[in-house]
Amino acid sequence: MTKHHQPKLDTSPVVSDEIRRTTCYMCACRCGINVHMKDSKVKYIEGNRDHPVNKGVLCAKGSAGVMQHYAPSRLRNPMKRVGERGEGKFEDISWEEAFDIAVGLLKPIREKDPKKLAFFTGRDQSQSMTGWWAQNYGTLNYAAHGGFCSVNMAAGGIYTMGGAFWEFGAPDWDRAKLFMIFGVAEDHDSNPIKMGLGKLKANGAKIIGVNPIRSGYNAIADEWVGITPGTDGLFILSLIHELLKAGKVDLNYLIRYTNMPFLVNQVEGSDQFGLFVRDSDSNQLVWDRASNKAVPYETKGAKPAMSGMVEVDGVQCRPAFELLAEKYLTDEYTPEAVEERVGIPAARIRSIAADIARVAFDEEITLDIPWTDWKGEKHEKMTGRPVAMHAMRGISAHSNGFQTARALHVLQILVGSVEVPGGFRFKPPYPKSVEDHPKPHHTVTPGAPLNGPHLGYPRGPEDLCLEEDGSAKRIDKAFTWENPLSAHGMMHMVISNAHAGDPYKIDTLFMYMANMSWNSSMNTSQVMDMLRDKDEDGNHVIPNIIYSDAYSSEMVAFADLILPDTTYLERHDCISLLDRPICEADGLADSIRWPVVEPDRDVRGFQSVLIELGARLGLPAMVNEDGTAKFKDYADYIVNHERRPGVGPLAGWRGKDGEGKGRGEPNPEQLNKYIENGGFWHEDIEPTNAFYKPWNKGYQEWAVERGIFDKESPYVFTVYQEIIQKFRLAAEGHGDIQPPEHLREQVKMAMDPLPIWYEPFEQTLINKDEYPIHALTQRPMAMYHSWGTQNAWLRQIHGRNPLFISGELWAEHGFSEGDWAQVTSPNGTITVPVVLMEALNAKTIWTWNAIGKRKGAWALQEDAPETKEGFLLNYLISELLPAKKDGQRWSNSDPVTGQAAWFDLRVNIKRVDAPADLQTNPTFAAQESPVGKGPKDIAFGEEWK
Amino acid sequence: MTQLPTSTEKKLGLVIDLDTCVGCHACVISCKGWNTNEYGAPLSDMDAYGGDPSGTFLNRVHTFEAKQEGCASQTIHFPKSCLHCEDAPCVPVCPTGASYKREEDGIVLVNEDKCMGCGLCAWACPYGARELDEMAGVMKKCTLCVDRIYNENLPEEDRIPSCVRTCPAGARHFGDFADPESNVSKLVAERGGMDLMPEQGTKPVNKYLPPRPKADVNGTQAPALEAQSEEITGFLGWLDRTLEKI
Amino acid sequence: MHPAPSVIIFSTISGLGFGLMLFLGLGLPDVSGWVAATFATVALGLATIGLLASTFHLGNPKNAIYAFSQWQTSWLSREGIMAVLTLAVFFIYAALWAFMDNRIPMLGYLASAMAMVTVFTTSMIYAQLKTVPRWNTAVTPLLFLLYASAGGALLSNQMTVALVLLGLIIAFQAMAWLQGDTALERSGSSIESATGLGDLGKVRLLEKPHSGENYLLKEMVYVVGRKHAAKLRVLALVLVALLPALLILLTDVNHVIVAIIMLSHIIGLFAQRWLFFAQAEHVVGLYYDAR
Ligand SMILES: Nc1nc2c(c(=O)[nH]1)N[C@H]1C(S)=C(S)[C@@H](COP(=O)(O)OP(=O)(O)OC[C@H]3O[C@@H](n4cnc5c(=O)[nH]c(N)nc54)[C@H](O)[C@@H]3O)O[C@H]1N2
Ligand SMILES: Nc1nc2c(c(=O)[nH]1)N[C@H]1C(S)=C(S)[C@@H](COP(=O)(O)OP(=O)(O)OC[C@H]3O[C@@H](n4cnc5c(=O)[nH]c(N)nc54)[C@H](O)[C@@H]3O)O[C@H]1N2
Ligand code: SF4
Ligand code: SF4
Ligand code: SF4
Ligand code: SF4
Ligand code: SF4
Ligand SMILES: [Mo]
Repeated sequence: MTKHHQPKLDTSPVVSDEIRRTTCYMCACRCGINVHMKDSKVKYIEGNRDHPVNKGVLCAKGSAGVMQHYAPSRLRNPMKRVGERGEGKFEDISWEEAFDIAVGLLKPIREKDPKKLAFFTGRDQSQSMTGWWAQNYGTLNYAAHGGFCSVNMAAGGIYTMGGAFWEFGAPDWDRAKLFMIFGVAEDHDSNPIKMGLGKLKANGAKIIGVNPIRSGYNAIADEWVGITPGTDGLFILSLIHELLKAGKVDLNYLIRYTNMPFLVNQVEGSDQFGLFVRDSDSNQLVWDRASNKAVPYETKGAKPAMSGMVEVDGVQCRPAFELLAEKYLTDEYTPEAVEERVGIPAARIRSIAADIARVAFDEEITLDIPWTDWKGEKHEKMTGRPVAMHAMRGISAHSNGFQTARALHVLQILVGSVEVPGGFRFKPPYPKSVEDHPKPHHTVTPGAPLNGPHLGYPRGPEDLCLEEDGSAKRIDKAFTWENPLSAHGMMHMVISNAHAGDPYKIDTLFMYMANMSWNSSMNTSQVMDMLRDKDEDGNHVIPNIIYSDAYSSEMVAFADLILPDTTYLERHDCISLLDRPICEADGLADSIRWPVVEPDRDVRGFQSVLIELGARLGLPAMVNEDGTAKFKDYADYIVNHERRPGVGPLAGWRGKDGEGKGRGEPNPEQLNKYIENGGFWHEDIEPTNAFYKPWNKGYQEWAVERGIFDKESPYVFTVYQEIIQKFRLAAEGHGDIQPPEHLREQVKMAMDPLPIWYEPFEQTLINKDEYPIHALTQRPMAMYHSWGTQNAWLRQIHGRNPLFISGELWAEHGFSEGDWAQVTSPNGTITVPVVLMEALNAKTIWTWNAIGKRKGAWALQEDAPETKEGFLLNYLISELLPAKKDGQRWSNSDPVTGQAAWFDLRVNIKRVDAPADLQTNPTFAAQESPVGKGPKDIAFGEEWK
Repeated sequence: MTQLPTSTEKKLGLVIDLDTCVGCHACVISCKGWNTNEYGAPLSDMDAYGGDPSGTFLNRVHTFEAKQEGCASQTIHFPKSCLHCEDAPCVPVCPTGASYKREEDGIVLVNEDKCMGCGLCAWACPYGARELDEMAGVMKKCTLCVDRIYNENLPEEDRIPSCVRTCPAGARHFGDFADPESNVSKLVAERGGMDLMPEQGTKPVNKYLPPRPKADVNGTQAPALEAQSEEITGFLGWLDRTLEKI
Repeated sequence: MHPAPSVIIFSTISGLGFGLMLFLGLGLPDVSGWVAATFATVALGLATIGLLASTFHLGNPKNAIYAFSQWQTSWLSREGIMAVLTLAVFFIYAALWAFMDNRIPMLGYLASAMAMVTVFTTSMIYAQLKTVPRWNTAVTPLLFLLYASAGGALLSNQMTVALVLLGLIIAFQAMAWLQGDTALERSGSSIESATGLGDLGKVRLLEKPHSGENYLLKEMVYVVGRKHAAKLRVLALVLVALLPALLILLTDVNHVIVAIIMLSHIIGLFAQRWLFFAQAEHVVGLYYDAR
C-alpha cells in the first residue's frame, strides 16, 4: 500500500490528422501559423517555426484564432437593412440580390460622377488590390485607415530617409547594445518586437523605454522615461543638442550618406530661399574643400565642407549641416530649457545623451564583410553603431507627430546608426526614397479610371489635390493646405465631411473592415448620429452605405447592404510586396492565406466579391475584351494580375518554370507552391548586401533583379527636407499655388525643412488649467481592436477596462478603491471605474483601447461586462479641434499629414461614487443581433475526446 | 498514490524570467488551446459570451507594481502556473489518489479517472495553481505538457511545453533542475532564480528570475557629455578639426 | 474561503450527529426501547444527512468511492472511512440497544470514541492547511470537538455537561477569532513573499490576470466586511452558547425551552461555521491583493 504507483499515461497522443500552414490574421503582424486539422475541422493553432516573421512563436490572439474562427458572431448571409440605421434589423438576401443592389448603386455613379463613391478600407491588408479596384472604378475618394493610424510615422520616415519604423524597418536585434523605444504599446510588428526584446535581454543590451506609461515593453525596459505626452520632439531635440555640443555625431556618415553637406540657398526673400543650390544638370552641389569650389554631391573624391557661407553663381549658400547645428545648438534646446515641459530632469536627459554617445562611438562594432558603394568605392568592413531606436503611435498620434518622427530619424542619422550593423535596418522593398514613391492622382473622368494611384507623396504644392478655386478635391480633404502631405488619406474625416457636404455630398459610402461607428472614429456618439441623420425629405444625409465585415460589429448595424466576409481561415489573401510587406531586414518575403477550411455559411471572401463586382460593373482591368470577367476570383487575380510586366502580387515561384524570384510571368502553380512551402516565400539577402542598402551597389542590383525597382535607385537621406521648404515658400507668398490666408501661418510654422517641436494643437486652444490632464489609450497585447471581444478566451482577459490614474492624481482627487470618475474633455463627459497606477506620468490617465462595446453587438449577451464596465475614450475625442479665436474649427490632426491626433486629448477628472447599476456612461440603446447570441457554456475540444 | 515519491529521477519544470516577460498572455492562451484539446476533460468556459464569463486556465499572468519610498514605481508581469513542488502539499491531501507526483520526472498530475472534484488539493496549493473545471467537475492543473514533452508524434524540437514554445519574448524556459548542467539550472545559478513563498515549505521546482535593477529606480546616471564649447563657434571649431581628420 | 452551504451543513449537522453519538455511546441519556431508537435515529440521521450534504460539494461524485483509499495521507479520506465505520459500529450498538434491549457498553464506548475521532478527522481537513493560516492551528480541532460534543450534550439533554462545554466554547472561540485575525500576518506569507518581489519595494496588484471570474477567486478569495463580521461573531456566540447557557441556568428546562435552545444553538452554529469559512483567508489571495 505504501508503494508509490502511477497510472499509465499516453504521452504520445496524435495531435491532428493534418497540419495546414497559412498566415494569421488576428492582427496585422501576419505571422505564420500551423493549423492543426481534425476531422476536417480546425483544432489547434501554433506558430510556424519556418516563418520569417514569427519563427514559431505566436501571441495570445494568434493562438486564440481557433475561437475567432468559431465565433458565434460570424455573419452568415448577405443582408439588406430593414429597420432604421443603427437598429441592426436585417433581412437575409442572396448574393445575386446583393450584387444587383450594389451594381444598381455603383453603375450610375460611375457613369455620372465617380467621386460620389467614397470607398474606404480599414484594417485591410490588400490595399494594392482595393486601390487598384478604386482606381479602375474612377473615384478619387479612396484610402485605407492609415490617416488615423500612423501616417506621421510613415511620412516622417519616407520624407527623411526613405523608410520608417513599423513595417518599413526594424532594429538590428542581434547586434544592438542600446535600444530606445518611444511610444509603443504593441505595434504592428507585434511578435518580432517581443522576440527582439528577448534577444536584447539575452545579449545584455540596455533598453530605454520612453512612454508616459510603464507597462508591457516599458515594464521590462532597463530605464523608463515617463515623458509628458506630446513632448517627445522636444526631448529628442534636446538629446541632439547635447550630442552636437559634445561633437558626438558621425560626420563621415553624414557627409557620405545624407544631404547634410548640400548647399542651401540663403538669399532671404528669394523664391529659392532654403532650397538646394543646383548646377545646370539639376545636381545638388556641395562645397569641395580640396578644390574650393562647388561640385555635384556625387563627385568622387570630393571633400565637402559642412559649414561656412559660400557664394555659388552669385548665390549665398551654406551647407545644410550648419543650419542644423545652428538651430539645435541654441539655448532653446538645452536640457534645462526643456525639462519642465517634457517632465524629465535635465540630468537624466544628459545621461541618456551620454549613453547614446558612448554606445555609438565607444562601442562601435565592425563586421568583416566587404561591400561596394554606389559610386563603386570598395569598403573592407561594415562599421556599426549599435544604437537602435523604434517608435510608434505614441509619437505619431499627436498633432506634432510628423516633425517628431522626423526628429527621431535625424537623431538616429546624426549618430550614424541607420542601415548599419547594430542600428536600425530597412526591410525590403524599403529603403525607397521619396522620389521613388508615387504622387497622389486626382483626375476623375466619368466612366473611366482615375489617372493614377490615389495616394502618394507630394513633392511640392503642385501635387496637392485642389480644385481651381482652392477647395478640396477629395472628400477627406487629403492633400490640401490643411494637411499637404496626407500620404495615407484621412479616413477619419470621411463621415463628418460627407455628412456636412463639405467639400461636397456623396452618394455611396462603401467601407470594408472598419468599425467606423465605434472604436475607429473620433467621437463615436456624433458619428453614429451622422450616419443616422436624415434631411428634410426624410432621406439619409449619407444616402447609401455598403459595408463588408466578417462579424456582427457595431458598424454592421449602420449599413444598408452587408457583404459578409469569411474568416481568415476560409479565404485567399495575399500579403504582397506591393502592399504592406512582411520582410525582415535580412530577407525578402511575402505570403498568402488560403482556405484551410471552406466556409459553412453563405459568405464570400471580400476581395473575390470586389473582383466580381468590378466585372459586373465592366471595370476595364477586370473584364476581357468580350466583356466577360477577367478573373475568376481573388486567387486567380493573385496569380495572374501583373502590375508591371513580370511583376505581380506575389514574388515567389514566378515564371513558367516557377524559378522566377520577384520577376517572371504568371505561374499557374504559384499558389500551390506557396501552400507547399508553408504559405510564404522567402529569400535571404547576401550578407554583403544586407547593410547600407540605399548606398550599396550589390543591394541595388539585387533589388532591380527582384523587381523592387526597375532601375538602381541609390539616394542620400534627406535630413534637410527641401520638399517641405517648398510648401513654406508658398506660404510666404511664392509660386502659383499658395495656401489660403487663414492657413498661411500654420503652414509656415509646421513646414519646417528641419524637425521642430511645437505644442500639440488641442492644448493651445483650451484653458490648460481647466483641462490639466493628458488622457491616453493603449492596445492590450491580447486583444485586437474591437474584434477580440467576440473571442470567448480573450474576452476573459480583457472584458472590462478601468481608467488608470497616476498616484499624484489619485491622491489629489481623493480616490479610493472602487471609486469611479467623471472625465470631461471639451467634447463631452464619461463616467467610468478607476484604478490606481503608480508607474505613470504624473499628469496622465489612460485606459485599454476598444474594450467597450455597444449592447447587442458581437453576439454577446446584453449584460456583457464590455457593455457595462467597458468604455471607449473616443467619446471624448473629436475629429475637430475646439473653435479658434476666429470661430473656425480645424481638424484635430497633424497639420502636415492629417494624422488623427488621438493622444492630444486633454481632460479633467472628478471623483464620483460608483453608480448603483455599475454602468459606464454614456451608454447606447442595444442594437439587434442579426446572428443571435452566443451559446452559454462551452467546452472546446470535447468532440475530439 | 497520494504519497509523494521520496525522490524523483528528474525534476522537470520551468524558469520564468520576470526581467523579460512583457505580459502578453501568449502563454496563457497557447496553454488553453493545447490543453483543452489534449490531457483529460476540456477546459470549459462558462457563460462564455455572457455577463459573467469564467473559464478554466492552467496559467495566468498577473501584473504587479513595486515601489520603494521616494523612487519610481516598477511594473512586473507575473505568469503563474503549477510549480511542480517537490513537497507538493496538494498531493497528500487528495482522498482519492487522483493527485500524484510522477517518480520519473516530478510532474504533478491529476488522474481524472479518479478525481471526485472535492477541491481539497486546490485548497492545499498556496499558489492557486489548481482550478476545478466547472463543467467537468474535475481538478485541472498545468500538466507541464506531459503529452508534448515525450510526444513521439511531434518533431523533436516541439517536445517542449506549449507555453514555452509560444512565448514571443523567450521569457519561459523548460528543463531538468536535477541536472546542474541544464539550461534551467544554469539560468537559476546565474540570475539568482527564486522560490515563491518559500515559507510554505513546498520546495517549488519552477523558479523565477527577478527583474534586473532599473536605471531610473536605483541606477546611476551617466555623467554628462563634455561640451566642445558653450558657443556655436566652439562647435564649428570642432567641426573643422574633425573634418581635417576624415 | 467561499462559505459553501453544503460544506457548512455537512460540518455542522454531521458534527451534531457524531456529538450525539458520543453521549448515546456513553449510555446517556439512560433510555431504552423506542426512545433509544429515536435518539439513535436522530444521531444516525444527522450524521448521514451531513455526510450526504458533503457530496453536493463534489464536482464529480461518481468517483467518490475512491475517497476511501488514501487513509495513509489524506485527512479527507480518513474522515470518510471513520465516518462510515463509526456509523456502522454505532448502528450495531444502537440496534442491539433499542431492539434487543441489549446495550453493550464496550461497544458504546467504542462508538463514542470513534465519533470523536471522526469529528477530529473532519477538523483536520481544515487544520492541516498551511495555506489557510487561520485554520492551521490546534484550536481548530479543539473547537470542532467542543462544538460537536456541546451539540451532542444539548441533544441528549446532558445540560450540566453542556453548560461546561458551552463555557469552553465561548473561551476558545473568542481566542481562536482573536488569534485568527493575525494568523496570516504571522504566517510569514505576504504579497512580497508570494511574488518574490519584496526587494523592489512595496508590492501591489495592478491588474488581475483575467478581468473575468475564476475558480480561485470564487473558491478561495471571499472577502467579508470587517464590521459585518464583528457583529456576526457576537451574534454567533450569543446564539450558539450564551443564550442556551442562560436558558439552562435560568429556566426550568422543558420541551419548549429545549426546542428554543436547540434552535438557537443550531442557528449560532451555522453563523459560526459561516464565519469559519468566510473569514478564512487563503494565501492565494495575496496574488490578488484581495483579503
Ligand atoms: N481612442 C482610440 N481610438 C483609436 C485608436 C487609439 O489608439 N485610441 N487607434 C486608432 C487606430 S490606429 C486604428 S487602426 C483604428 C482601428 O479600428 P478599426 O479599424 O475599426 O478596427 P477594428 O475594431 O479591428 O474593426 C475592424 C472591423 O473589421 C471587422 N473584421 C475583422 N475581421 C474581418 C475580416 O476578416 N473581414 C472583414 N470584412 N471584416 C473583418 C471587424 O469585425 C471590425 O468590425 O482605431 C483607431 N481608434
Ligand atoms: N494586440 C494588438 N496589437 C495591435 C493592435 C491591437 O489592437 N492589438 N493594433 C494594431 C494597430 S492598428 C496599430 S496602429 C498598432 C499601434 O501600435 P502602438 O503604437 O504600440 O499602439 P498604442 O497602443 O496606441 O500605443 C501607443 C503608446 O504610446 C504611448 N504614448 C502616448 N502618447 C505618448 C507620447 O506623447 N510620447 C510617448 N513617448 N509615448 C506616448 C502610450 O502610452 C502607448 O504606450 O498596433 C497594432 N497592433
Ligand atoms: S502578432 Fe499575433 S495576432 Fe498578429 S499575426 Fe502574429 S500571431 Fe497573429
Ligand atoms: S508568453 Fe512570455 S512574455 Fe508573454 S506573458 Fe507569457 S511569459 Fe510573459
Ligand atoms: S504549485 Fe500547487 S498544485 Fe502545483 S505542485 Fe505546488 S502545491 Fe501542487
Ligand atoms: S479535487 Fe480531485 S485531485 Fe483534488 S483532492 Fe479532490 S479528488 Fe483529489
Ligand atoms: S507547461 Fe503546458 S500545461 Fe503548464 S502552463 Fe505551460 S502550456 Fe500550460
Ligand atoms: Mo492602426
